[in-house]
Amino acid sequence: MKLKKKIALIDQHNKFGFWGGKFGGSFIPETLKKPVEDLTKKFQKLRKDKKFLKKRDFYFKNYVGSPTSFIKLEKLTDHLNGAQIWAKVVSEANGGAHKIYNATVHALICKSMGKKYIVGDTGAGYAGKMLSMAAKKFGLKCKIFMGAKDIKRQKPNCDAMRKNGAEIIPVYSGSQTLVDAVSECMRYWVSNCDNTHMCVGSTVGPNIFVKICGWSTAQISRELKIQIKDEFKKIPKKIKLINCVGGGSSAYGFWSNFIDYDKKQVELIGVEAGGPENSKLHAAPLSRNAKIGILHGAASYVCQNKDGQIEETESISAGLDYPGVSPIHCFLKDTRRARYTYATDEEALNAYKMVTHFENLNPSLEPSHAFAEAIKIAPKLNKETIIIVNSCGDAKKDRDIIKQKLGKY
Amino acid sequence: MSNSLINISFKNAKKENRPALLTYTVAGDNTKKKSLEILKSISEYADICELGFPHNTPIADGGQIQTSAYRAIKNGIQINDVFSIVKSFKKTKKNKPIILMGYYNMIYQFNENKFIKKCKESKVDGLIVVDLPYPENKIFASKCKKKKINFIQLISPTTSKKRRNQIIKDSHDMIYYISMLSTTGGKLKVSPKKILQEYTKIKKQNKLKNIVIGFGITEKTIKSLKKADGLVVGSAICKEITNSIKKRQNTVTNVTNVVKRLKNKIK
Ligand SMILES: Cc1ncc(COP(=O)(O)O)c(C=O)c1O
Repeated sequence: MKLKKKIALIDQHNKFGFWGGKFGGSFIPETLKKPVEDLTKKFQKLRKDKKFLKKRDFYFKNYVGSPTSFIKLEKLTDHLNGAQIWAKVVSEANGGAHKIYNATVHALICKSMGKKYIVGDTGAGYAGKMLSMAAKKFGLKCKIFMGAKDIKRQKPNCDAMRKNGAEIIPVYSGSQTLVDAVSECMRYWVSNCDNTHMCVGSTVGPNIFVKICGWSTAQISRELKIQIKDEFKKIPKKIKLINCVGGGSSAYGFWSNFIDYDKKQVELIGVEAGGPENSKLHAAPLSRNAKIGILHGAASYVCQNKDGQIEETESISAGLDYPGVSPIHCFLKDTRRARYTYATDEEALNAYKMVTHFENLNPSLEPSHAFAEAIKIAPKLNKETIIIVNSCGDAKKDRDIIKQKLGKY
Repeated sequence: MSNSLINISFKNAKKENRPALLTYTVAGDNTKKKSLEILKSISEYADICELGFPHNTPIADGGQIQTSAYRAIKNGIQINDVFSIVKSFKKTKKNKPIILMGYYNMIYQFNENKFIKKCKESKVDGLIVVDLPYPENKIFASKCKKKKINFIQLISPTTSKKRRNQIIKDSHDMIYYISMLSTTGGKLKVSPKKILQEYTKIKKQNKLKNIVIGFGITEKTIKSLKKADGLVVGSAICKEITNSIKKRQNTVTNVTNVVKRLKNKIK
C-alpha cells in the first residue's frame, strides 16, 4: 500500500472506489446506484468547469470568508515552554466551523443538478447548521437528520437550523447519535433520490461523498500553505499539524496540501475521541485498533463486535462521536503517513480550560481534543518546532456541557 | 441450477396458476426459538422463506424491519444462531427453500468463504445482500454459484436499461424487483400497473428467470400484483410480530394467520 505524489488523496482510489485496495468503495442498495452514478459524473464535470470553480471561489471568499486567520498562541507557547503553538482559526468561517465548505459545495451541486430539496446528517449540529445556511442562501428546501441525544446536547446549533428554515428530523433508533442520523438520512435518500440531493456531513459514506467533502475542505490547507510561507518565508523544517478526527473532513482539509511532504518535516497527527476515562466506550477506531468493516456504504476501521454489529460509542464531543472514520484516514494510517491517537473527555476539557485561560480563542470540544495532544507533546519539543492546531469549531454550541462540567462558560 | 429448490418452488406455484409467496422474517425475532417456530409454521403457506440475519445499522430498512432486527439483536441473536435456525428448520422441511438476507458487513466479518461454506452446511438455498450491488458483487456471486447457492440480484426503478440487462445476464434463478423508491415497509406509492410494466420489461429480457416483486406489499395490495412470478411480504409480517407481542398474543398463530390470508388472496 503506497501513497502517490502529486495526485490529490481523494483521487487515489481504484475503479471500484477503494483507497489502498480496501478502504472505501460504495456498498449501497441498488436504488442508490443511479443517483450515486449521476452525482459522480456531475462532480467530475463540475470540478473541471472553470465557471463552477469561479463560483466556488467567490462563495468561499465572500460567503464563507477566506482566509481564516493563522495566529501564534504566544501565551500558551510561553506557558508550555517547548514547541511554538499556532492555530488556524477555521472557526472564523461563516457559521463557526469547517462544515461550511462541504455544505456550500453540496448546495451548489444540488442547484446545478436542478434539485430543489437537500438533506443531510449532523452530530454536533454544525454540518446541519451549515447546510441549513447554504440551503437558505441558494433557495433549497432542507431537512436535517439528527440523533435525539445530540438535539438535546447541541441546542444552540438546533436553534440556528430552525431559524434558517430547515426541518430537523429527530432520530430515536440505536444510540440516538450521529451514526443513527447518517443511517436515517441515507434511508430517506433511498426513498426520495428522484428529487432530493443528499449531503454527507464528513469524509465518510460511499466513495463520491468522501471525495466531494475532501475536495471542499481542502480549502483550509490551500490557505494555510500560503500563510505559512508568508509567515516563515518557506515551509519550516519541523511542523506538526494536529487535528481532531471524527469522520475526518476537517483533518483531511487541513492536511491535503501537505501530504506529499516527508513526514519528518510535516508530521500529521489525528486525534480521535477516547471517551470518558472510566468508560470502555470510545469513538476512536483508528487509534484503538478497530477492525475493518462496512459502515454507511464504505469500508473503514469501525468500532464493531465480532459479528459485525456496530458498537455504541461515547464521547463528550458530539462531532467526534462516530464509530467509523473516513477511508482516506485509514489509508493514511496504513501507509503510516499520519499518526493517530486519542484524547479522553477529561483531557479535552482540560485542554479547553487551558486554551481559553491563556488565549482569546474559544475552541469547541472537537478541536479541544486536538489541543489536548498539542499540550501533551509541546513541552517535550524544541522551540524551532511549529505545532499548528486546526481550531475548527467554536464552543458556543457546547455552552451547556462546558457550564455543567467546568462550572462556567 | 435448474433443479434448485427455488426453481422448483416457482414451477409448483405456476402449476397452480398463482405467484409464489415469499415471506420475510428476522432470525431471532423475538427469540431464537420463537423465530424458528414462526418459520416452520408459516412455511405451510409460504413457497419460499426469506430469513433476515439482523444488522444494527440497516441502511435500506424501514421502521418495521428495523424494530424486528433490533429486538432480535437485543435478545442475543448471533450469526451462528442464524445458521442453526436454518439447520433445524431444514431437518423437518427439507424441500422448503430458505434465502438468507442481510448486510455485507456480517458476511465480511465472518469471512466470505467461510460464510458460503456455512450456508452450504446449513442447506441455505439463496442469498440476498442488500448493500453489495452489481458489479461489486460479481466475485461473491460466482463463489455462491459454484456452491450451488443462488445469489439473488436486485433491480430497482432507478436501474438503467443497460445496467438492468447486465444484471439479468449475471443473475441466477431469481431476480428481485424493488417496486418503488423506498426502504422496506413503505406505503406502495406507485400504481400496480406501473410496477407490472417495469416487471414485464425484466421478464421479457429472459423468460427463464423468476422475477419476484417486493417492497410495500401487504394484504391490501398483494392481489393487484398477482401476475408476477413471486411476491415478497416482509414488513407486514414483522409488524404483526410487534403487534402480537404488544397485545401479549401468540405470535406464531397470528403471523401464520397473516400468511394464510396473503396466500388466499393470490390463489
Ligand atoms: C467543530 C467540529 N470539528 C470536528 C468535527 C468532526 O468531524 P470531521 O472529523 O469530519 O471534521 C465536527 C463534526 O461535527 C465538528 O463540528
